[in-house]
Amino acid sequence: MKLNVIVNGQKISEEVAESTLLIDFLRNHGFYSVKRGCETSNCGLCTVLMDGKPVLSCSMLALKAEGHTITTLEGVEEQAKQFTQFMAEEGAEQCGYCSPGLIMNVIAMSQELTHPTQEEIKRYLAGNLCRCSGYMGQMRAIEKFLRKEQL
Amino acid sequence: MLQIQKYYRAESLEQAYQELIKNRNNQIIAGMLWLKMQDRLIPCAIDLSQCQIDQIEETEHEFKIGAMCTLRQLETHASLNAFFDDILKKSVQDIVGVQFRNMATVGGSIYSRFGFSDLLCALLCLDCDVVCYKKGTIPLKEYIHQEYERDILTHVILHKKKVKTAFACVRKSSTDFSILNVSASLNQEKIRLCIGARPQKAEMLEFDPSLNLNQVMQEVEQHFSFWDNMRASQRYRKHLCKGLVSQVMNELKGAQE
Repeated sequence: MKLNVIVNGQKISEEVAESTLLIDFLRNHGFYSVKRGCETSNCGLCTVLMDGKPVLSCSMLALKAEGHTITTLEGVEEQAKQFTQFMAEEGAEQCGYCSPGLIMNVIAMSQELTHPTQEEIKRYLAGNLCRCSGYMGQMRAIEKFLRKEQL
Repeated sequence: MLQIQKYYRAESLEQAYQELIKNRNNQIIAGMLWLKMQDRLIPCAIDLSQCQIDQIEETEHEFKIGAMCTLRQLETHASLNAFFDDILKKSVQDIVGVQFRNMATVGGSIYSRFGFSDLLCALLCLDCDVVCYKKGTIPLKEYIHQEYERDILTHVILHKKKVKTAFACVRKSSTDFSILNVSASLNQEKIRLCIGARPQKAEMLEFDPSLNLNQVMQEVEQHFSFWDNMRASQRYRKHLCKGLVSQVMNELKGAQE
């Protein structure tokens, strides 16, 4: 079936198999930041933005994105770079595998919540799992990033 | 693995219904989150995204919630939550993560009448109807006991009857399935208490607000059954139940005084 979608500002129109998941469609187009972690809709690694809202690309049919705008990490390079600098300064990352999903959700949060409290940040990001850290470094980096973003 | 032979983007509920009844294995896919975990072949997956049932409409007497509204829409709807003391927000906010709740739908959770449904437990303590395309309007408390018919749940209606509400749940980790859910509402005449994730679907009990906690516990013991599953034993659930029921009753009592 034909799918028309805008990914990172680029229009894509092509035939896709009905069962194709959004994650596979995106990876087939070279957006390799989008990765599978758990495949049970729990870990948040495959997070992309659909019309600015974070969704799990491993759990959505590509065809459901018809007419919508998808943003992956490749589409928010500048913001991602700023955020990862805060992450590096806080020594937050160990293996870095969960980063793409976390970054996408932090960006979504910065657009949705204004001056969130720590509790609100935790709630918003509860669906992004990291198995190396205890989230402390991430929390410091996120708070600094938000302070800069939401002056 | 879930396999889909044909994807059908219905433009009206009638189109969706006609496609649904063509084959008993055809399926409305809603948010597709639970479906995706299944190993099955769907001849035709019917998407209701274009059927214009994805909004919450507020009128003088009710909130009309479209079946394709996401759990996140419920969670963030200010006047809906203000009216019912945040019970909808409280019931869904621990479900996996924001990304998941941006996809999971009200209709998917309520049509399926999942045992683990936190939302079903919360809605059941309110004055709530469901609207089905063919069958029309049915009170939720009756709908939960009905067969899974070949019909489309189109709306959930919450009547604006002022009640005080409370919700409590226990999860092993913050975003996991509930081991037990308890919701309650209070008006002048009665208290409505619902217990879900027993692990069976939520059930409801009504009693006079003058009952004391011991009497309430006796009623609960007679009325509700609990079972084992991989998350918790029957004994553990019974034990938890006492704590959660007393927690929600205290919350309601605080509001009463």
